[in-house]
Amino acid sequence: MKTTCLHDLHKELGAQMSPFGGFDMPIQYEGIVEEHNAVREACGVFDVSHMGEVLVTGPRATEFVNYIFTNDVTAAAPGQCLYGMMLNEQGGVVDDLLVYVLENANYLLVINASNIDKDVNWILHHAKDFDCTVTNQSDDYGELAIQGPEAEKVITNVLGLEIDDLKFYTFKIIDFGQHRIIVSRTGYTGEDGFEIYADRELTRMFWSRLIASGQAKPCGLGCRDTLRFEVALPLYGDELADDITPLEAGLGIFVKLDKPDFIGRDAIAKQKAEGPARKIVGLEILDRAIARHGTEVLDPDGNVIGTVTTGYRGISVDKSLAMALIDARFAALGTKLQVKVRRKIFPAEVVSKKFYKKSYKK
Amino acid sequence: MEKIYYTPTHEYLRVVENDEAYVGITDYAQHALGNVVYVDMPEVGDEFSEGDDFGAIESVKAASDLIIPASGEVIEVNEALTDNPRLINENAMEAWIIKIKLTDPAELDSLMDLDAYNQYVESEQ
Repeated sequence: MKTTCLHDLHKELGAQMSPFGGFDMPIQYEGIVEEHNAVREACGVFDVSHMGEVLVTGPRATEFVNYIFTNDVTAAAPGQCLYGMMLNEQGGVVDDLLVYVLENANYLLVINASNIDKDVNWILHHAKDFDCTVTNQSDDYGELAIQGPEAEKVITNVLGLEIDDLKFYTFKIIDFGQHRIIVSRTGYTGEDGFEIYADRELTRMFWSRLIASGQAKPCGLGCRDTLRFEVALPLYGDELADDITPLEAGLGIFVKLDKPDFIGRDAIAKQKAEGPARKIVGLEILDRAIARHGTEVLDPDGNVIGTVTTGYRGISVDKSLAMALIDARFAALGTKLQVKVRRKIFPAEVVSKKFYKKSYKK
Repeated sequence: MEKIYYTPTHEYLRVVENDEAYVGITDYAQHALGNVVYVDMPEVGDEFSEGDDFGAIESVKAASDLIIPASGEVIEVNEALTDNPRLINENAMEAWIIKIKLTDPAELDSLMDLDAYNQYVESEQ
């Protein structure tokens, strides 16, 4: 199993470790609830060095990235981050990713750890028809996510980085001694926050300083999932997959059908015209029972109409909540449904999947 | 006299009188789970054989099956856990989950006592 550059430091902190995306990753240190609340109320730091980074350069890099990516990189200036997806021909999601628009029409694609091999093969395969160079830099970068309402203050005070001028979904490149780092105002928690890409050595130094300061709580992937879930951010493998389209996942605004052709465009245009047959919805379980990934969703007559993609007892919202991929005919808010958890059936209701309000600093 | 038995899946069974016993999870188990957010309990009258799962306990992270240490019929469920599952985190040995009437007390011989359980936990770490 792969490890990140901070692996030994997690063990020193007594982290509970578990495999994720091919890496041995910290799931929690003190506890998911404590870490979750630290991010909502103050500041937490996550090791997200497992994420993959792919650099695309060359004369036709712009055309190529726009061909494999659903969002429109020609509409973005250097210094901007764009969220979007790579699709297959059927409109299913190969991966969701962030594209960092660099100077000179270069692009850094940040992809999910669990998909690095699949994505790199996919990108290389399609790059053959374009005059561009694709470099998998996943092993070169460490990445920290510093998240929460106090993240800006903590990064300024503890790491001495000037980042207060960064707007939401923008980044800058900072020279730090001999090191060059990327800092963006992005995250996966629904709170204000930043992500820092640096080499392995500097990532270790930043992590150690943040932990030693006591101002950023070490946070594991456990609370990363509860935080993103409460604000309805999708996780690849749950709400997104090779056979789930962006329209089904409610991510249509990140698919620019009016730009030049890209992989999956026709399938999405067709599905948009017809209306998707399935949709990801929010569910409130009207009981304390928790409907986890894979739980069957039933209509009032007991027919299976879908499955839960993620479910938790909310931490910032004290309810049993789930996101579920269901038959679109049952997707209207207020629809009464049921979930089958082990042997028992519990009532549920379709609610907005934005269970908790995001507080981004725009 | 009360006697407490333990399983490799971290349940305890506390025998009281007339072959009646309380079943719950150990302090080690509650600590490993973290915050308990839901306990899926059976109903009074349900019958289980040794090794059956009789319900589940859920932490924030995941659900774990509850395994019955010995065969019996459920004669009481701890209703207090319905609204306050965190009682298990506060005192796992007090916050029993079900009370059963043992149908084959001889099965108890194959369970661990406290010393054996403590050694088992240590060997697991």
